[in-house]
Amino acid sequence: MLERPKRKNPVLRTRLPTLPPAARSRIALGLTAAAAMGRFELQQCKDCGVVQYPPREACQTCLSTKVFWKQQPDGGELLARTVLHHSNDLFFRERLPWRLGLVKLDCGPTVVAHLHESVEKKVKVRAMLDRAGQAVLAALPEKEINVADDRQLREFTCDPKFRKVLITDGKTALGQSLVHAFAKAQADLIWVGHSEPWKKFKGFDDLAKIPQVTLLPLDLTDSKNVREVAAEIGAKVDIVVNNAEHHRAFGISNRAGVETARAEMDVNYFGLLRLAQELGPVMRARGADGQSSAVAWVNVLSIYALANFPPHGTFSASKAAAHSLAQCLRAEMRPAGVRVVNVFPGPIDDEWNQLQPPPKMSPASLAGAIVKALQDGIEDVYPGDVAQEWLARWRDNPKALERELSA
Amino acid sequence: MRQGYEGVAVAVPVTIPYERYSIRAAHWWLARALSAIVSRSGLKKDQIDGLSVSSFTLAPDTAIGLTQHLGLSPRWLDHVPFGGASGVVALRRAARAVQAGDVDVVACLAGDTNHVDSFRLTLANFSQFARDAVYPYGAGGPNASFAFLTAHYMAQYGAKREDFGKLCVAQRANALKTDFALFKKPLTLDEYMAARPIAEPLHLFDCVMPCAGADAFLVLSEERAKQLGLKYAKLLGTIERHNAFASDPVQMRAGWAVDREDLYTQAGAGPADMDFVETYDDYPVISLMQIEDLGFCAKGEGPAFVREHSFTHDGTFPFNTSGGQLSVGQAGAAGGYLGMVEAIRQLTGEAGPRTVRDAKLGLVSGFGMINFDRGLGSGAAILARAS
Repeated sequence: MLERPKRKNPVLRTRLPTLPPAARSRIALGLTAAAAMGRFELQQCKDCGVVQYPPREACQTCLSTKVFWKQQPDGGELLARTVLHHSNDLFFRERLPWRLGLVKLDCGPTVVAHLHESVEKKVKVRAMLDRAGQAVLAALPEKEINVADDRQLREFTCDPKFRKVLITDGKTALGQSLVHAFAKAQADLIWVGHSEPWKKFKGFDDLAKIPQVTLLPLDLTDSKNVREVAAEIGAKVDIVVNNAEHHRAFGISNRAGVETARAEMDVNYFGLLRLAQELGPVMRARGADGQSSAVAWVNVLSIYALANFPPHGTFSASKAAAHSLAQCLRAEMRPAGVRVVNVFPGPIDDEWNQLQPPPKMSPASLAGAIVKALQDGIEDVYPGDVAQEWLARWRDNPKALERELSA
Repeated sequence: MRQGYEGVAVAVPVTIPYERYSIRAAHWWLARALSAIVSRSGLKKDQIDGLSVSSFTLAPDTAIGLTQHLGLSPRWLDHVPFGGASGVVALRRAARAVQAGDVDVVACLAGDTNHVDSFRLTLANFSQFARDAVYPYGAGGPNASFAFLTAHYMAQYGAKREDFGKLCVAQRANALKTDFALFKKPLTLDEYMAARPIAEPLHLFDCVMPCAGADAFLVLSEERAKQLGLKYAKLLGTIERHNAFASDPVQMRAGWAVDREDLYTQAGAGPADMDFVETYDDYPVISLMQIEDLGFCAKGEGPAFVREHSFTHDGTFPFNTSGGQLSVGQAGAAGGYLGMVEAIRQLTGEAGPRTVRDAKLGLVSGFGMINFDRGLGSGAAILARAS
């Protein structure tokens, strides 16, 4: 079981981040694409139905090149196990001993997998992102467990337990739900930003009562303020959840001028940029700082970032810009093993989505989905039915979705 | 019935003494091997019209680049990047080319360098499957794969660590009589048992030590060998098989089990007729698999076989008489040649203090390329004393 880490000795050197081997063939990145969303997919032949692993360019049985990534049953049997006491690779060398298993999957192939400590004969296999951001397989016990409680598999998650979290906006319903969700997930400290410190927002007193919470003035449109906050807490933040957003309805012709659109960009895009410039480098340096290292950066984007939703046209554009920047951030954080988690919710049930028909995402369920994604180590999160449906439509035919949204 | 290998001679076994680390390139080691072949055979370099090369560290070159590097102009050229199966496969191909008259003499070379960091780099880029599905899991390469095979074999067939230890200890005793072996100290079973774990159930003395080195031999017709006044062994039979039993969930057998009847029929001899056996031995479990698959005992009876026999060159089952890779060192692809050159030595009276008395027939087995979870290549050859 995981224990609360001792206070850090500031005199000792902070261990620098190393990564597990990241090289993969292009075909193997299919596993990563699925694991990024928490899915277990293997290649399956469209012509003969055989499931195969490791990934191949053609079906090893019938030579068809119509091999596609398909969700597979995750059951399997442990054939053999080993404990590594030696590794040529720095990442593993620093984390020995390390358990591995050879698993025969019920769907056919034999795979090498990282092994949970309490695995017996029957296992469930999950594809997880490792610290290099690439998919690896892990064999877990059949019963439900929090993988992040396993010393070894914790390395592949971003579990908030015993970690220090910054939530950039505590004023909104989502922000407050996030605080409660992280407190429940046993985060060690929760800094909660609020952009207008001269006035008490609704729910302020409730937040202040939570023992882990520290409220602090944070306005992502104010470069100086962002710099000061980063200087004060940056070296301690393990998880950033950037939920600050500016959201107004309408597209182009229903509003005069660019002020509203600029305000959206100033929070949703430049706000992320300011925060990433100030906090990114210091978090990168702490990617391997013990059990509670800097581990994740969560961006609350929007499903409108994939395809513009004209009734919220300028908001969509600002979220698309933020999504693009988040990809850049992901690339820059990757060498430190700090995961950038992008969350693409459908409409949240708040005042700015009043005219959207249900289902709408409740702030509490979105907050829960974010914490769960961190515990499971997922990096692309499409929570709720609307987001899932848009994603499916977008993947199936992005042009068709564009036409449908313009109707 | 396949055509036999009548008239094929295997001669001039060369080992360039191994070194733990080398600052030289693979080309340097291969050059020395070829140079030894030239000086010991009495051939001029220009008379070598066939070349077969095996190496992991020759990249970006292959065999063809080596021809210019070493100033050869062969009319028959082969590149056999099959790791531990390289020796048998190179011999098989060269033998047919000699029989067909496509080539006069083939110099078969295997060699690798070993810089301080080259083993890690070889593992990281060993194969697409290794890069995608093994190396990211920490051990990379063969340690973890053989740990699985060993654990499964122990559970399935009741092998004990002591059984593997007995082979390792006997091989070390053989190696003490091999001047080029890197391991010079005797090994006791107690020391074997007390060694530190590497990848459970594998411990230190179960794992080969990577090193630099080269081995080589010459394939030519008996007639030509006699003309050159070379001592040689005859090739009686040889088999090769890749990716056998692909649907077995875990490797407990390999291609030998498919083709051994073919091998023994071709050689006109059976397992009981072999005077010594040289297996590929990067880990002892794979030696047991070869002993079983080549018919020296039934599948699963390896542990009992080990308990019944002694494995030194003067034992009841003379085995890996040079010390094998576990006690000589694993010089990359040359590991796939070590058994071959040793067998030729045993059959041409060049084995010195570790000679197997009155040896007339020897079996050499190769195993190579842990591409993902198992070794893909397997092969074997039976050699005979010429006179």
